[in-house]
Amino acid sequence: MSQVADLALLGVTKDFGGHKAVNDVSFEVAPGEFFSILGPSGCGKTTLMRMIAGFEHPSAGDIVIRGQSMLGVPANRRPVNMVFQSLALFPMMTVGENVGYGLACAGISKAEAGPRITRILDKVGLGGFADRPVTRLSGGQRQRVAIARCLVLEPTLVLLDEPLGALDLKLREHMKLELKQLQAAFNTTFVYITHDQSEALVMSNRVAVMNHGRFEQVGSPRELYHHPATSFVAGFVGDTNIFSGEVTGARAAGIGIRLSTDVELAGSGSASGQAKAYLRPEAVALAGSVSELSALPNRFAGTVSTVLFDGAASTLVIRADKFPMLRATLPQAGPLAGIEAGAPIAFGFTAEALKVFSARGV
Amino acid sequence: MNKASLSYRLYILAFYLFLFAPLVSVAVFAFNASLFPAPPWKGFTVEWFTGTGALFGKPGIFRDPAMLAAFLNSLKVAIPVTLLSIVIGTANAFLLERREFPGKALLSMMMLWPLVIPGVILGISILAFSSRIANALETWLNMDLDFLRPGLFLVILGQLSFILTISTLIIGARLKKFDRSLEEAALDLGASRLRVLTTITLPFLKPAMVGAGLVALLMSFENFNTTLILVGSDAPLPIYMYGQMREGATPALNAASLVLMLGAGFLATLVALVSPRKEA
Amino acid sequence: MGRRLALFLLLAPAVLWIGLLVILPHVEIAILSFSQRVAARVYTFGFANYLEFLAEPVYWRTFARTALLSILVTLITLVISFPVALYIAKFARGKSKPVLFLLCLIPFWASELVRTLGWMMLLRETGILSHFLQAIGVIGRPVEFLYNDGALVLGLVYGGMLFMIVPLTNALESLETAQIEAGYDLGGSHLTVLRRIIIPHAMPGIVAGSIVVFMLTVGNFVTPVMLGGKNGLWFTEQIYSQFITRFNWPQGSAFGFMLLLLSTVIVWIGLRLTGQGFSETLRRS
Repeated sequence: MSQVADLALLGVTKDFGGHKAVNDVSFEVAPGEFFSILGPSGCGKTTLMRMIAGFEHPSAGDIVIRGQSMLGVPANRRPVNMVFQSLALFPMMTVGENVGYGLACAGISKAEAGPRITRILDKVGLGGFADRPVTRLSGGQRQRVAIARCLVLEPTLVLLDEPLGALDLKLREHMKLELKQLQAAFNTTFVYITHDQSEALVMSNRVAVMNHGRFEQVGSPRELYHHPATSFVAGFVGDTNIFSGEVTGARAAGIGIRLSTDVELAGSGSASGQAKAYLRPEAVALAGSVSELSALPNRFAGTVSTVLFDGAASTLVIRADKFPMLRATLPQAGPLAGIEAGAPIAFGFTAEALKVFSARGV
Repeated sequence: MNKASLSYRLYILAFYLFLFAPLVSVAVFAFNASLFPAPPWKGFTVEWFTGTGALFGKPGIFRDPAMLAAFLNSLKVAIPVTLLSIVIGTANAFLLERREFPGKALLSMMMLWPLVIPGVILGISILAFSSRIANALETWLNMDLDFLRPGLFLVILGQLSFILTISTLIIGARLKKFDRSLEEAALDLGASRLRVLTTITLPFLKPAMVGAGLVALLMSFENFNTTLILVGSDAPLPIYMYGQMREGATPALNAASLVLMLGAGFLATLVALVSPRKEA
Repeated sequence: MGRRLALFLLLAPAVLWIGLLVILPHVEIAILSFSQRVAARVYTFGFANYLEFLAEPVYWRTFARTALLSILVTLITLVISFPVALYIAKFARGKSKPVLFLLCLIPFWASELVRTLGWMMLLRETGILSHFLQAIGVIGRPVEFLYNDGALVLGLVYGGMLFMIVPLTNALESLETAQIEAGYDLGGSHLTVLRRIIIPHAMPGIVAGSIVVFMLTVGNFVTPVMLGGKNGLWFTEQIYSQFITRFNWPQGSAFGFMLLLLSTVIVWIGLRLTGQGFSETLRRS
């Protein structure tokens, strides 16, 4: 990178009495980037974030913010601010006092702090709320106070620890958009951790997928979705059908895999031996008869077992001889839109769409 | 649930009559214009509160130097007990909730113990121990340490020995409910550890600290058993009243009791008002 | 380094309190109780004080009397309080529930001394009860209700009531009304519902309340002195008189230890019989 990274982690490891919660993690975050760390609970992402904030200390490695090593720098001296999972708004203070807390800690006079608080509250859409106690805010408003409280300090880096977790579904969808817009407006570097892939994919410039203390893959949301590097990423990011089988060898295009149901498919990847294959529901082409799918290397005839109607996200569950149960996206615009359970159907997919990875010890 | 039967409700009524009969008697006969706090009713008077003594030969409690001195002695005990209960109770709460050290389980168990020791025994044990110390220092340094002999200082120590348990429990319960991410958030926003303590943690504990203080004040004022053993020549109010009761009752005692009840009621109301609501 | 210092500073008051005000004083009376006088101001180790306790009927009779009456008082308090707690927890509705509960607390804001004074005014020969009964013609001349074991038990029950009602009410509050209704629905009588459903559910509250009431009763001083009869001594009075009146501290210490032993043993048996833990029980009350 031509610029100095806002945040760089170099081989960071955190050892909790023999258990490596974070294992040799390295990455860089460029200025202004929205970077997410996505992983299931217990994968080490919270520990990683707490090390960046300064609440935990790495057992090995270095954390560098704008070229400055943070080792030995306590949490209250780091140019990093955090939005907590619980938000951690101070319940005995008003909105204004919450936002002004960091300014007061930095020794900024009330006269100077006042306008800054007003400006930031206006910017997050809470103009006029300064004197409101934080206990009397809605979920979304509390969220904005927590972010304003960080942004008013103009930090190099804002860390967000699953801040949308406590909100209901509808508000969460709305806040995703709002967070993304706020980040763009302030052009502050965000590091966001979540177990919700949709949050990570929608908001981020880049996403790191974390599992068992390690980064499995770092890339743009598109890269992760279309070109997963590991079996875990293929299974964790996005909706997918998972098959297990055994690799039979290289083919003209890609590799062959024999599923446990005794059907051989053409897939892509460089696996060998026992393997898992991943197929996105929307990569499955549907047709009235197999002959319409002659361009596809994998094509089968089966019957519709169940129709799961969910508007644009409607799917079919299909059963076919020797084929495991399969879910396929049902386009609501095509000729098959009105199909019912029990109807015969043909389906197929490209070798490129079926991602094959060697099965690791489960 | 069905409605309670008539006999059941009559029982409840009788129970509450039983509960309030003694207190109402005490309160009513504080206003009896008679030398004795007993029937018959001789008319209403406030002489036993504010009288000069011209009427009954004994002054009202607000003008009785002995009564006022006893009240002052009670204050001399109650104020240090209250302040120390808050300070040490808070320190204990932090110790038990925030720190790990060898013997912690034993120590927290020992802190509960004073609640199950009869007050008289707390009194005699502290009396015996302080006398041994005083005697030892007297022979060794050849100086007389009066404060280790029965008196208000020992009363303060004796009351503290069990009131500290209560203040520790009250403040500790509140600290247990504290969300530690608030402290991390404050640190993260650049606050020093001291600032976090004074602006975040202590304000959160404040209702419990005030509540513990009021409970300590009440318990100190009303304590009898431990105080009786450790008291010297300066008698706090309950001890003075006990002495008067043994000599024979006058409505002045009723008047003092009523004032005590009202004071206790006032403190109890304050406790209820400051005790934390369900939020936070 | 700073952390160790902070820990030390936090530990200091707790250790001073428990060490100087609780443990060492009890060690002191333990030592005192085993010292016997051989000559003026000369003491040796021995069991004389405990032997004296056994040898002198007044002492051990008072002790046994205190123990038995305290158990009786605890039982009476339980029996009187249980219906009240059940009413507050399960029958009272709307506002009357917190009001009834608070009304139970009020008498205990007043000091023990004030409550005792109230009973003296009610029960004495020239008192309110005697006057009232004469006025309605039940008795022909003033009757002394004070200074007997009845008055003593009454005063002690009254003093322990709150400490029974609060844990009982808390325990009964958590009993679902549906459970009681199901009990009746399945054909249970009042008695079986009470015995099989309500009482087992209230057991933790019953144990907590009984323990606290027993300990307060055993350790009570004012009530027996003021309401009890001349030959109805309470063991705390023995301790007081040995310590303060006769200045025989070794004997008083031995009595103190006997009292501690009594309350510990009874509480231990109570917990054993009902299978409850000590700390939880104490916290609950």
